[in-house]
Amino acid sequence: MNTQPVQLHTPLGKEVLELHAGDHVELSGIVYTARDEAHIRMKAEGIPFDPMGAVIYHCGPVIRDDRVIAAGPTTSARMNELSGFLLDHGVRALIGKGGMGARVREQLKNRGVYLAFTGGCAALASLHMTVKGVFFKDLGMAEAIWVIELDHLPLVVGMDAYGNDLFEKVIQRAKYEYGQNRKKV
Amino acid sequence: MKTPDDIAISASLADATFQAYREAVIRLPPDVLQVIRKAAAAETNPVARGEFANILKNIKEAERLGVPLCQDTGVPVVYLTIPPDVPLTRGLYEGVAEGVRRATREIPLRPNVVDPLSRHNTGDNTGQGMPVIHIQPGESLTVTVLPKGAGAENVSGITMLLPSHQYGIEGFIVETMLQAEGRPCPPVVLGVGIGSTFDGAAALAKEALLLPVDTMTPFEQEICNSVNRLGIGPMGLGGDTTALAVKVKTASCHTASLPVAVNIQCWAHRHATVEVKR
Repeated sequence: MNTQPVQLHTPLGKEVLELHAGDHVELSGIVYTARDEAHIRMKAEGIPFDPMGAVIYHCGPVIRDDRVIAAGPTTSARMNELSGFLLDHGVRALIGKGGMGARVREQLKNRGVYLAFTGGCAALASLHMTVKGVFFKDLGMAEAIWVIELDHLPLVVGMDAYGNDLFEKVIQRAKYEYGQNRKKV
Repeated sequence: MKTPDDIAISASLADATFQAYREAVIRLPPDVLQVIRKAAAAETNPVARGEFANILKNIKEAERLGVPLCQDTGVPVVYLTIPPDVPLTRGLYEGVAEGVRRATREIPLRPNVVDPLSRHNTGDNTGQGMPVIHIQPGESLTVTVLPKGAGAENVSGITMLLPSHQYGIEGFIVETMLQAEGRPCPPVVLGVGIGSTFDGAAALAKEALLLPVDTMTPFEQEICNSVNRLGIGPMGLGGDTTALAVKVKTASCHTASLPVAVNIQCWAHRHATVEVKR
């Protein structure tokens, strides 16, 4: 496990394939926010940006006068069934909180990574972000795709391109621990 | 009929609610801050240490910038104490609602309150039965605001145990956290209500969240240790701290009942109390 954060810059390439679940990274460059509605629209109408090496951020930010006021991550699992086509088009990383399902874990293999950002850290996030543009603004502030430039956002690799999933590992261990305790009762 | 006194109290209560809200969403209470710092210092898992670093930096920056810690500023849960000379009138409810509307506009808060079926958003964090207001008698007129986010509220739980299964209390609390995984944004505070009735246990669990989190009884500590042995850790990424504290409130119950409720709260355990100026 790396102790110093790995520096990443968009567009991402094959360097992400070498990351391991549990590595700390700092991401700089352009990311695209997307929640449920934006995914559905992109699937139907096409991706409004170049997806090669792109990064998707599961986030419904609070933006005022084109400035990021608060932009913590939202629960990624809601996008479990909506992320495959993005990876098919060359997206290399998904950012969010809480991890994603087994299907995404398979889809990420040899293609990309899931990066976890600390839930609730909306004020911290805003310090690392500059608004550069917006797509699908008619979906409303939370659901639109905001083009945001990151400056060294601190993240951790939750799922890597080898099929390792930190969230899954943690919950399997927790279930085992719970089972052991129940036996004692 | 409203007397000038009623109108004045209602306006003062609106001001106090606004102030309590602003304090709550921007700054964590000292006891909450202390247990987060203590857990961060003791954490041995490198991933969890990174999560704690982000959390501590976020707390600092929110205060410096005067902005909410988290974009989920929750739904308004409000506790009032009223002294003998303040009559219990609609004006008290209206005052609190006005304070919530002002907080939503001026802080600002994310408008989270919707109709449960049509999902229509009122845009001002008030609505039918919202804010949730609990009133108790007291020495002075105070307002306590406990904004409650959805991530942690959604994975809370309640059970009606057999009175002979007292040993199942701890198991239910640990199981509730196991099923919650990383979704409630751990490290969490667990408010536990034991006894009363089906609805009363849930109310106790939420009230338990308002108890100081920097001390625990041996019973609370034992449950907290069991929860932490799960190793879910900050954000479900693994680590020594899954729960910062477990707080229990009890009430008498039917001899044939043993209700147990667990109200989960995220690490951003925001609440504040303001005394109403009169």
